[in-house]
Amino acid sequence: MRHSPSFSRRRLLRSLAATGAAMLAPATAPGQQVLTKPIPSTGEAIPLVGLGSWITFNVGNDPVARNSCAEVMRAFFAAGGRLIDSSPMYGSSQKVIGYGLARLNAQSLFSADKVWISSGASGPAQIEVSRQAWGVPRFDLLQVHNLLSWEQHLRTLLAMKAGGQVRYVGITTSEGRRHGEFERIMRTQPLDFIQATYNIVDREVEGRILPLARERGMAVIINRPFREGELIKKLQRHPLPGWATEIDCTSWAQVLLKFIVSHPAVTCAIPATTRADHVQENMGAAAGRVPDAAFRARMAADVETL
Amino acid sequence: MSEWWTYSLSDFLLFSPRTYYRLSELYNIAIWPAQIVMLALGIAIVLLLRRSGAWQARAAAVILAASWLFVAWAYLIGHYDTINWAASYFAAAFVLQAVLLVWTGVVRNRLSLRRRADVASRAGLGLFLFALIVEPLIAPLLGRPWTQAEVFGVAPDPTVVATLGVLTSAERPHWHLLLVPLLWCALSGATLWTMQSPEALVLPAAAVVALIVAACKTLPVSQP
Repeated sequence: MRHSPSFSRRRLLRSLAATGAAMLAPATAPGQQVLTKPIPSTGEAIPLVGLGSWITFNVGNDPVARNSCAEVMRAFFAAGGRLIDSSPMYGSSQKVIGYGLARLNAQSLFSADKVWISSGASGPAQIEVSRQAWGVPRFDLLQVHNLLSWEQHLRTLLAMKAGGQVRYVGITTSEGRRHGEFERIMRTQPLDFIQATYNIVDREVEGRILPLARERGMAVIINRPFREGELIKKLQRHPLPGWATEIDCTSWAQVLLKFIVSHPAVTCAIPATTRADHVQENMGAAAGRVPDAAFRARMAADVETL
Repeated sequence: MSEWWTYSLSDFLLFSPRTYYRLSELYNIAIWPAQIVMLALGIAIVLLLRRSGAWQARAAAVILAASWLFVAWAYLIGHYDTINWAASYFAAAFVLQAVLLVWTGVVRNRLSLRRRADVASRAGLGLFLFALIVEPLIAPLLGRPWTQAEVFGVAPDPTVVATLGVLTSAERPHWHLLLVPLLWCALSGATLWTMQSPEALVLPAAAVVALIVAACKTLPVSQP
């Protein structure tokens, strides 16, 4: 295993300041502080690690699994997490989030959902069904899912934002799809957020999407940080590199997340999990030292050799 | 859907294997003892397959149609719909299959189950017995609890395989009755394959048997 040269704490903290002005915010867990980044359009701070709900929260009406998901959410908020992301496409995930929220006093929640329906005229009705499933007075962020009927839906979302029915508006893609059209929308529309796939091996967005988001002042949410668990499974066969301690990582999950959230354009990553202990582990990536550009390059190079 | 070629099977899997099998368990608990009733009706079809006659074919068609309706209502709408937004479309296809079974087997009395000792009849009986006896054992044989067993008449997969068995035993091929079962074999097989389930090939294999037999019945036989 090749190790990177040692990085001083001063250098790492300097890079931290450079990577999108990450800040330290108090977490509910004693003795731990959660790193945040500002949403460019308002300056509101968001923790570097959020919570996804694709597959993991689609558990139907199973009371045991629903309670388990509620425990995941409890652990997430207790560790200082805020942003939870879902979609009408994710089966029962929205209702399961609502089930958990009804049992938790989640004052810090940042609710991020999507509109996903072919008919533009049906968008508002779908958003209302989603809102009722979550049980929130309004969403903080609404995104057009995978650019489906984006012209009509974006018009609706921007009107909702103007009317105070949602605070932020965005668009999403995944797995590198429709990046050309995605880029064109980013250039022409007043978006607060974009969401795309990015991880230590899928790095296409580094070329144009992430620089454009930074240039246009858009917050960036990163989905599929572990390739639906595939990366963790692959890397867990190898010992954690020695350099992991230099960025305060104790697991491969934290290494993978820290690589993502240390990109200057990235606001937060949204790993999904069914386990409360994994949430705590993931939230550990939103604390401690953050790698700079040189360190990130070495991380990617080392992972590529495994 | 644009750029459809960039999607893989896993992009369409909305749930984890644990959730899928747990759903079967909760469903079985909720409908108990319907499984016993349906197993008894399945045994009745085995007896009907061993006799020829108009009313036997009608009775088999009625039992199968009832099974498809029950699966559509109790499983697809009542349970699967909670984790798969496409379940209502599947349920519509199951209802269509029930209507086609009643139309063909009862109203028009075209589902002839003439008793023969040929390969097709044996293959049909084999498929039906596999659905009735072996499929409920797959879950426990693979280390899952008995409560997750998939039983003919209440779970979609054994109901579909059993139907293929009856259609394979029929004197003539009924392609319009094969369409929905074959589509379900492809769909369920793909779902289980994506979940990396060991039983993923069961339904596609049953579909291949039914297809081969139906094709052989359809092809013109050369006369000496």
